[in-house]
Amino acid sequence: MRQIGKQEIEDIAVGAAVLGTGGGGDPYIGKLMALQAIEEYGPITLLSVDEVPDDALVVASGGMGAPTVLIEKIPSGHEVAQTFQALEKYMGKEVFATYPIEAGGINSMLPLALAAQLRLPVVDVDGMGRAFPELQMTTFYLDGISATPMVLADEKGNVTIMDTIDNSWTERIARSVTVQKGGAATCAIYPMLGKNLKESGIHSILQLEEEIGRAIRLAKEANLDPVHEVLKLTSGYELFRGKVVDVDRKTEGGWARGTATMEGLLDYKGETLELRFQNEHLLAKTKESLLCVTPDLIAVLDAETGLPITTEGLRYGARVVVIGMQCNPKWRTPKGIETVGPRYFRYDVDYIPIEELVGKGSVAK
Amino acid sequence: MSYRIGIDVGGTHTDAVLLDRDYRVLAQTKSSTTQDVSTGIYEAMREVITQAGVPREQITYAMLGTTHCTNAIVERKRLNEIAVIRIGAPATLAIKPLIGVPEDLRAHLGKRVYVIRGGHEFDGREIVKLDEEELYRIAQEIKGKVDSVAVSSVFSPVSKDHELRAAEILREVLGVETPISLSYEIGSVGLLERENATILNAAIVTVAKTTAYGFMDALKAEGVNARVFFGQNDGTLMSIEYAIKYPILTIGCGPTNSIRGASYLSGLANALVVDVGGTTTDIGVLVNSFPRESSLAVEIGGARTNFRMPDLISIGLGGGTIVRIQEDGQITVGPDSVGYQLPQKGLAFGGDTLTTTDVVIALGKVNIGDREKVAHLDKDLLDRVYNRIVEMAEEAIDKMKTSADPVPVILVGGGSILLPDELKGASQIIRPENFGVANAIGAAIAQISGQIDRVFSLDEVGREKTLETAKQMAIDEAISAGAEPATIEIVEFEDIPLSYLGNATRIRVKAAGTLATAVEV
Repeated sequence: MRQIGKQEIEDIAVGAAVLGTGGGGDPYIGKLMALQAIEEYGPITLLSVDEVPDDALVVASGGMGAPTVLIEKIPSGHEVAQTFQALEKYMGKEVFATYPIEAGGINSMLPLALAAQLRLPVVDVDGMGRAFPELQMTTFYLDGISATPMVLADEKGNVTIMDTIDNSWTERIARSVTVQKGGAATCAIYPMLGKNLKESGIHSILQLEEEIGRAIRLAKEANLDPVHEVLKLTSGYELFRGKVVDVDRKTEGGWARGTATMEGLLDYKGETLELRFQNEHLLAKTKESLLCVTPDLIAVLDAETGLPITTEGLRYGARVVVIGMQCNPKWRTPKGIETVGPRYFRYDVDYIPIEELVGKGSVAK
Repeated sequence: MSYRIGIDVGGTHTDAVLLDRDYRVLAQTKSSTTQDVSTGIYEAMREVITQAGVPREQITYAMLGTTHCTNAIVERKRLNEIAVIRIGAPATLAIKPLIGVPEDLRAHLGKRVYVIRGGHEFDGREIVKLDEEELYRIAQEIKGKVDSVAVSSVFSPVSKDHELRAAEILREVLGVETPISLSYEIGSVGLLERENATILNAAIVTVAKTTAYGFMDALKAEGVNARVFFGQNDGTLMSIEYAIKYPILTIGCGPTNSIRGASYLSGLANALVVDVGGTTTDIGVLVNSFPRESSLAVEIGGARTNFRMPDLISIGLGGGTIVRIQEDGQITVGPDSVGYQLPQKGLAFGGDTLTTTDVVIALGKVNIGDREKVAHLDKDLLDRVYNRIVEMAEEAIDKMKTSADPVPVILVGGGSILLPDELKGASQIIRPENFGVANAIGAAIAQISGQIDRVFSLDEVGREKTLETAKQMAIDEAISAGAEPATIEIVEFEDIPLSYLGNATRIRVKAAGTLATAVEV
């Protein structure tokens, strides 16, 4: 158990954006919410997953909806208390702690803001180890844990409890409820027992986020290469250094899909990288070879500052380093690949682990 | 004949030009920006009028680009006493106004902060009714205590109703004299950034008013009865009334004026503009004759804002940039500079500091100063420094380009003598005539624009019709701002589908045209 304050929040926000692989919306809003909550209610208690009793009720909290709505219609902050109350009443059990469902963007930060406000501890665990766009894309789902009962609340005080037959229905219903609530809502989701969270969650994710954020911050102060520091911490691979020369976006089935093309610089001169994204960066390849593909993590970092760039932030002329990181082994099972592998996202390739694509053990190219 | 004066007040220099109806430069001057600013403007103006020798009554337009407002924010000086009203509760309470803004600015501007009920959804529905009673109460509370008020409402780029109603109530209680800044006029989607921009705007209305009236007084004292305009960040003009209401929209106009001036002088509509001053080099991009706008949040005085600002890259390279040679032979160029003191401090001018200008003089690339005074410098070393200068410019140029294809590069600004006639990434280098006062020319020739940025639903009338409607709205805005209808063109267009929301699309359109000639002076 430890307390986290403002500096930790700043670092976690940066690290979460790296692991968020370009998705999850603007973490800035979540960060400010967490900072305000700490200002008002004091530091947050962070528990390691082992500190959670097996029979305690834990529940993820986060935002749902369009990032563009969230940057305009910021939450009230009271929604989560309502979702937790409704959940407690429905399940007949008190909530012991909350945790983030994903690393990345706003959803990595909201549970921290909410925990400060409700004076609940946060568990150092998540259900993705990165960011994904749909709510069944969790390691909990792989173990058959239901996302429901799930509660959605808006700033107006409308509270919706959903108990669904499976997670695809949860996704469908939650999405239309969210649109009705004005395009963004706060949710309590994946309620489960401490022992399930231990078995199915991805441990120590907040700690990793904090370490990454801190490393980038300190690298700047010490004049070190921030990208190298990130690679060391994540045992990642440098895939490409270059310049964004083209970004092609389109909306398909409600998703913002696209392709960014990058031209190599320095050691990569003469090469071209193609980066495919749908909310998150999902596939990276050169003309000849596949370099990294979902569920392994692809992050695009600013070549100078090491700060991560979101899919929306990709723009012509940006100098970037593309890095790849191994996903959690839970994703590499057949069910994992079926849920979040390249074919689920309609890319016509098979999943091959990054270490096989890039060559074992090498950090740089 | 009718003439126009363009003035650009920069940190170092105040530049002025006098143009005829066909935009020919009849006179130009460059003088030091004075402490009180107005004296500098007055002198520059008198200088060009005398030089040109045209009848004063025939000077019908005067355009001013100024950094007064920027300085007030950066220095935290002369800021107004303001009240901040956000219309957003019960939403938005999780991040109150000014969270994330630097502490000292928050101390200045965050004394009276209110969040009241109201605001809209992304599709224009009301979230809740506007709490008018609370607004009346706040208005009574702040009456007599504030110089101006900043009002922002959730999704006001989609529906401005609550902001407009709030302004009505505030005016009713505070009187019409108290300026009220409404966020929908200033920024785009993104509540916190738009609100910050609105707060900064409210904080500088008095500075803007003083500057504007000072400029008009100076004109009057010169016997010039011209219609006055202010340059704004997107490279177009606004009326003095509008500038006093929305001064924040002037604070990026310096580089913008240079970019527009470069476009006019070179006759190019699409190019990179490299403006080399005494201290920095600013690089911007011309797209259809206008500066490319920044799509990212821009920090002003440490506060994140999202109003229209030119997309610029600025590097520490100018005519006065200091060159240092280490004992081990390593060289550094900048980032510090002797700035406007170059004529005193530069080696070739009898000073004791080696600057970039001395290097080009020593290499015989320009014929100014006293070459003898730099004749002792080692040729190899000079070449290395020169290569570094060129490399710095080339790197920055490459960062601003939109593709690997070479593009035309227009060099303007007094310091552009530093750069060679060939640069990597440039298809051609253009050094237009009057390059030293491109900024003042840019101010003088600016057009009038209208812009909209809001979320539309494509379901109602379909995509094509919606786009047409959006364009017409921007054109109407431009006409009401004073543009000649026949000359109006759509100069910028962008539509961004909003993920997760079906057919909602954010559309940004800008239309611009020349000043309507029928305008009475």
